[in-house]
Amino acid sequence: MSELLSANVLTGMLNTMLTLATPLLFAALGETFSQRSGVVNLGVDGIMLLSAFGAFYVVLTNGSLFLGLVVAMLIGIAMGAAMSFVSVTMKAEQGVSGIGLQMFGLGMSSLLFKVMVGTVKTVQGFPRVRIPLLAEIPFLGPILFNNNVLVYIAFALVPICWYVLERTTIGLAIKAVGQNPAAADSRGINVDLVRYGSVCFGAMLAGMAGAAISISTVNLFQDNLTAGQGFIAVALVYFGGWTPVGVMFGALLFSVANSLQLWLQVLGVNVPAGLANMLPYILTIVVLTISVSRGKAPAALNRPFLRGEN
Amino acid sequence: MKRRAFLVSLVMLMVMVTTLAVAGATSEAEADSEVFRIAVVMPSATTDTAFSQSMWSALVTVQEAMGGEEAVELVYSENMFIVPDAAAALRDYASQGYDLVIGHGSQYGTIIEDLAPDFPETAFAWGTDVNTFGLDNVYAYTAAAEQGGYVNGVIAGLMTQSGTIGVTGPVEVGDARTYVTGFYQGVRSVNSEANVAETWTGSFSDVALMTAAAQTHILNGADILTGSSQSVVGSIGAALEAGDVLWFGTQAEQTTLAPDIVVASQVYDWSMMLMEIVENAQSGVYGGESYILTLENEGLKIAYNEGVDVPAEAVEAAEAAIAGIIDGSIEIDL
Repeated sequence: MSELLSANVLTGMLNTMLTLATPLLFAALGETFSQRSGVVNLGVDGIMLLSAFGAFYVVLTNGSLFLGLVVAMLIGIAMGAAMSFVSVTMKAEQGVSGIGLQMFGLGMSSLLFKVMVGTVKTVQGFPRVRIPLLAEIPFLGPILFNNNVLVYIAFALVPICWYVLERTTIGLAIKAVGQNPAAADSRGINVDLVRYGSVCFGAMLAGMAGAAISISTVNLFQDNLTAGQGFIAVALVYFGGWTPVGVMFGALLFSVANSLQLWLQVLGVNVPAGLANMLPYILTIVVLTISVSRGKAPAALNRPFLRGEN
Repeated sequence: MKRRAFLVSLVMLMVMVTTLAVAGATSEAEADSEVFRIAVVMPSATTDTAFSQSMWSALVTVQEAMGGEEAVELVYSENMFIVPDAAAALRDYASQGYDLVIGHGSQYGTIIEDLAPDFPETAFAWGTDVNTFGLDNVYAYTAAAEQGGYVNGVIAGLMTQSGTIGVTGPVEVGDARTYVTGFYQGVRSVNSEANVAETWTGSFSDVALMTAAAQTHILNGADILTGSSQSVVGSIGAALEAGDVLWFGTQAEQTTLAPDIVVASQVYDWSMMLMEIVENAQSGVYGGESYILTLENEGLKIAYNEGVDVPAEAVEAAEAAIAGIIDGSIEIDL
């Protein structure tokens, strides 16, 4: 058990934590924007899957990681637009629309993989980028400053997203639309446009989350590659109280618990594997219970806007 | 407005479900009363380089051996990881009059037990297990995965330089557990000092977590990895990225995934068993028997990768282990 506290193990554990947290962070930050505007997008996992495939396929055939990432983002935007059209323009039930989008992403990515690739193949993903000087800092340097570029982007997005939401008029509009769309509408804010933008931006980040798995973490594509990470990301938004910083802590907590349970097993600590596997979920449920009681959910969450009826 | 919203939701859901159905089910040939018709439901893809691929490859082999698509029709539903969906697919195939309906996954056992009595002239098969539920139209099958695991373990135990070997497993059940048990005993039979560490992710499909598990083993000093399930592609990827870590596979030939690091794979060959089941079914025997793939009946094979140099000492030890398992002089405790 004392081995768990050795520098080597702690470094490894925290490094794995950052790798596991990255796709969750992208997806959860995106979902935060969507939900702050009043739209629950349960299709995140489907967006991640189709984007993961798109990014993987581009890298497999073209070799360009940058192009793969761009394609993943474009797929995300397209799926976000579809979600927006159904849930914002057509006022359909958001939960059903999201689940539909998730099923579409799952089925379509599987179909395209079978038709266009056929079998499991690996690609060369984003390499680790060691930042000079900073990576030399004892202990924290190798953990924080020796990662691939998507890890850096994901964590850089946290303060950026916070700034946009809390310090800009766009953020104010997003929050107003999610809190009281009728009042926002009366102030001249185009509610549907803001929701379209928020959902599409969120879906674009979900696309990056997919790419973070297929061309950054595992460097391959397989059916149902995300294994439900999109749903974890949605839960993290509640967990994080609809704030970028809260979402980041949620993603880190979930990931460090996952990393810890792997190390417990590797070091032969006498904990049943099944119990160790439950650790991240138990922690998530406990903190989710606490965070929900804070009651920060946007008031108009999950409610379509109809002028004169809200 | 609410009605329109409901209709839009419904239409969207139908489109999505149709997409899933198209992705999940594929027919190799059109129905024909002259051909022997086989349907199989699998938890992962036919190209997973693991459990499902081993069955699909065997079915294709049987089809070719029996005269091609004119003689044997094959249909499959893959990625049926949601058991109620698999139940619906299995019942659909039985209702459509398929001669042999296979539920390729231990999670499908109760479905087969429930389904088979309703279709007494349809042969059912399921695995991995040996329980036919006392029904005369159910075959059961499994693989003695511990045998190939032992052989892989012998080679790994002799090849490890660091003395640390990592096992990346999905869930501690079925052939995943028995493979790892055999592997551990194989390592220990030739290298009592080796540290064999195990991780279980709790999922058959979580590739990202499996990758993290493999990376954790590598950080812990492992220079050899092995594991079971379709999600081990993540482990293989992690070993590949590390550059100096070797891999031992099971269920299917995994050399194609990483030709430079896969040392050997235990391959499940279900074809002889399937051939016998088909012949039985054609003569009116629809079940009541269970099959176990072993090294002795050649249902299990060790496929070496010629691209990786294996010391002669390790090859000799592996061949001796195979002989010992077959003649019973080596017993593996499960």
